[in-house]
Amino acid sequence: MFNEPKHVSTGTLHNSFERRAVLIGGLQAGLGALLAVRMGYIGVVQNAKYTTASESNRVSLTLIPPRRGLILDRHNNPLAANRSDYRVDLIPDRLVDREDIVDQLGDLLQLGPDKIQDITDQLDKAHGFRPVEVASGLDWDKFAAVSVRLPEMPGVLAQRGFSRWYPTGPSVAHLVGYVGPASAEEYEKDKNPLLVTPGYKVGKDGLEKYYEPSLRGVPGARRAEVTATGKVVRDLDMREDVPGQPLKLSIDGQLQDYASRRIGLESAAVVVVDCHDGAILALCSMPAFDPNAFVGGIGRLQWKMLNEDDHIPLLNKAVRGLYPPGSTMKPMASLALQLHGVSPDEKVLCPGGYRLGSRFFRCDAVHGAVDMRTAIERSCNTYFWSMAHRVGYDAIAPVAKLLGLGQEFDLPGTKQRYGTIPDAAWKMHRFKQPWSAADSLNASIGQGYVSVSPLQLAVMTSRIATGRNFNPSLLFDKPAPLGPNLPFTAEQLQVAHDGMFRVVNGSGTARGAQLKVGDIRMAGKTGTAQVRALVSRGHVGDWKSRDHSLFVCYAPADAPRYAMSVVVEHGTFGARAAAPIARDVMTFLFDPGAAWDTLLAMEKEWGGTPMQRMAAKYQSFVTHYGTSAPKVEGEQAVAEAMDRTEAPVAPVETVVTEQETAHDQPAPSPAPSATPSATAPSPAAQPSPAGNPQ
Amino acid sequence: MRQGVVPEVIAREPWELILPLFVLNTFGSVVLYSAAGGHLRPWALLHEIHFAVFLLMAFVISRMSREFFKMVAFPVYGALVGLLVLVELIGAVKGGSQRWLDVGFMQLQPSELMKPAIVLALARFFDLMPPGMTQTWRILVPLAGIVGVPALLVMMQPDLGTGLAITVGAAVVIFLAGLPMWWFVGAIGAVVVAAPLAFFTLLHGYQRDRVLIFLNPESDPLGKGYHITQSKIAIGSGGFWGKGFGNGSQSHLDYLPEAHTDFAFATMAEEWGLAGGIFVLAIFLWTFRWGMRVAQNAPDRFSGLLAAGMTFTIFFYMAINTMMVLGLAPVVGIPLPFISHGGSSMMTNMICVGTLMAVNRWNGRGGTLST
Repeated sequence: MFNEPKHVSTGTLHNSFERRAVLIGGLQAGLGALLAVRMGYIGVVQNAKYTTASESNRVSLTLIPPRRGLILDRHNNPLAANRSDYRVDLIPDRLVDREDIVDQLGDLLQLGPDKIQDITDQLDKAHGFRPVEVASGLDWDKFAAVSVRLPEMPGVLAQRGFSRWYPTGPSVAHLVGYVGPASAEEYEKDKNPLLVTPGYKVGKDGLEKYYEPSLRGVPGARRAEVTATGKVVRDLDMREDVPGQPLKLSIDGQLQDYASRRIGLESAAVVVVDCHDGAILALCSMPAFDPNAFVGGIGRLQWKMLNEDDHIPLLNKAVRGLYPPGSTMKPMASLALQLHGVSPDEKVLCPGGYRLGSRFFRCDAVHGAVDMRTAIERSCNTYFWSMAHRVGYDAIAPVAKLLGLGQEFDLPGTKQRYGTIPDAAWKMHRFKQPWSAADSLNASIGQGYVSVSPLQLAVMTSRIATGRNFNPSLLFDKPAPLGPNLPFTAEQLQVAHDGMFRVVNGSGTARGAQLKVGDIRMAGKTGTAQVRALVSRGHVGDWKSRDHSLFVCYAPADAPRYAMSVVVEHGTFGARAAAPIARDVMTFLFDPGAAWDTLLAMEKEWGGTPMQRMAAKYQSFVTHYGTSAPKVEGEQAVAEAMDRTEAPVAPVETVVTEQETAHDQPAPSPAPSATPSATAPSPAAQPSPAGNPQ
Repeated sequence: MRQGVVPEVIAREPWELILPLFVLNTFGSVVLYSAAGGHLRPWALLHEIHFAVFLLMAFVISRMSREFFKMVAFPVYGALVGLLVLVELIGAVKGGSQRWLDVGFMQLQPSELMKPAIVLALARFFDLMPPGMTQTWRILVPLAGIVGVPALLVMMQPDLGTGLAITVGAAVVIFLAGLPMWWFVGAIGAVVVAAPLAFFTLLHGYQRDRVLIFLNPESDPLGKGYHITQSKIAIGSGGFWGKGFGNGSQSHLDYLPEAHTDFAFATMAEEWGLAGGIFVLAIFLWTFRWGMRVAQNAPDRFSGLLAAGMTFTIFFYMAINTMMVLGLAPVVGIPLPFISHGGSSMMTNMICVGTLMAVNRWNGRGGTLST
């Protein structure tokens, strides 16, 4: 066929050209028609669909995070407020070049390598549209520097909003908790788009967490015309947010701040209760974290700093710390003895100890003949041992519970641990061992298995001071329902009051704690709780082995208005560490000016306010560790650290008082050690150190 | 020739082509004016200047004689092939793809100029061939060389769109030159078979993505399918009458990518709707009809092939671009003649228009206004 070409002339070709040109023209017309039809299909038939798509492109609906409800003290001063600020967030899903953007922001906002690392950590964990905070509380210049570059930085969001602000920082950390960005789990549980709105925070701990529903408020919304890069062209309409409801507490904010700061470098808890209605005026635990620094998420160095501190800043010692109350139990014990017919005027001879069978329990001094008041005043163990032996320990434990020890109170938003007021049934249940006479002796002076929280001590003190059965409350003007009726007569109470008055104002153990405010007198009781069974006692050994220092008190002594407990971990004698703090805090309640003078002078020596000291410490961590700190495990780990029990300490089976003497250990049968928590199983039995029974 | 009100030098021009093109170009300026947020700069004014300058160039081209066209056909073609090789070499030295040469006052893109040049070269080629040759296999050897060398050079840049434009423009000239019909049927059949193979072997990753996304743009609406999705949203939300001049949210808020170049048709359709689209299509079809008429009335084979090829070159631009924005073709960087902003494509199109006007003059036809 190809080998025999047809004769083809110019004419044939021209004809072919004509025909084929018509074909090409037809093709062009046909395609034109196809295009018109296609356009009609998209533009007219599917118009509704694409109009919607175009509108959803053009209009962006943004939630305006509601302002969180304020947390106020009894005088309406904010403990947790909202501060209007400039902030920068990252939306992980919209990031194109993560490293580059983070670097750019680091330059613009002058973030250190530690901050950059923290942001990168958070980005690793975050996914989707869950925003990651880069910085908040920015000044206008930095904010503007980021704002103008937004078009070149997809995924970066710079906006003005409100962020949580705790004016007194660490002072209220354990009381109100803190807020932070919602976690992936929280978003899974509650698919509220508000949770992934940049700048929105949820309560993570304490009151902030418990009262989240009422503090949250209702988000506002803004419809705006936006460009493809997210730049707002103009606002279309706007619905204001409804701020969350304020939460008014019974706390006195200034007192809370003062007491927290007065703790200084110690690891301690201070609880102040209003004797008129049981309202909690201060609930302090120091050292603490700075809740302001947690708002944007917890950084590596911060985490390292908090975790490695042996003062356990993440533990709320006021409600979760459990301590042997030591001699602070004695006023309570005196009430129990009187209920069981012991005359307060009966005298016991203290030869410097007490013999029980073949063992001798040493008192701290040779007190001679002491009656009940003097036994409190001079903290004579021999008196209480012999009396407890007479009436039986079973007569004392119920009174301890009546006064609030070992009890859990109805305080929403606090995670209390209620400790142990041991008795025979408890010991059998827990250790499968019968109650021994030595146990009674130990328990009667607040040692052995006894463990209580500072809050319970404060409640006990207020009940002894007033004879009334108030329960503690945290909300303003909402007193808790009354506790159990107290069966004590005024005369019986007066004995305890007299003893406690003399502790401070007589020849007792805490004469240094006298108030210097007019004619106001304070009554109190010291306590020194042994942490470890030691051969030598007092201000020796490493910090962890020192005794806890306790002090409970109320004032004015003649018409009790405030009751307080102070527990200083490893503060040695009660009179040495706890009583001066109690004195200054009590002074603050009657003469704030004088109290501030004392504190400010002290803070100069300590290196500034807690916030300044924490900032300095953080800086030293930055220079020390840079970016070498390990990752924060995540929110779960933070919550666990806060709920964690104290490093378990074996109860000490010994007798302790304030006075230093050579000390003999009673040696009961190798006692199993109990963790302070009644819920945890007992760790390996720890034999008590070799005693020296006579 | 009667002396009219209009001077002869103006009256003899083919106004029935120039006026519609002017209207189309001005409409393009209006669209660009709106795309710039109601400003003549940076696009609308320049668009009109381009039109004026290159129209002048087209007039100059249309003054040339047939012999001049025939004379320069092969030298121009050869020079452009040389430039394509040069571009390739510079690209190899600099790394990455390079498509243009910097000649000082403008960036010269040899592949653009190759589109009309290949038509001219082929027309000249068939003009030289004895008619009998068109039916033999031997003619395919030189044809493969003439078309294959520049097409492959351009595709290697890699610029698939322009490479296709050159190939298809050449194919149409060859088709019109009278080669046996069944060769073309066979070739189309072969393409149908070979296309899937080429898709998986020859195409670059991003080119393959473009094709896949064209087939299903919704599969990745925020990623690589974004262009087509946003373009369809722009056109679809325009409806019949459009959102009105200056009200195109897709283009003004930057959702539509390349709103002033490749996707200018979508920009137009959002504000002017189906009505505007039909208006634009109508002018284009009128232009093509005029071009094909010129080709059919051509006095000889060379002029006919030249005119038809030039017409098809413009048509190919327009067809691929509109099919792309309407979601009927994959995204390739081909602008819409006279609407999209860009000097390079305006120049190519005006060379085509100028050539058409030249052929029209050779046809001995007077202008619209001359009798």
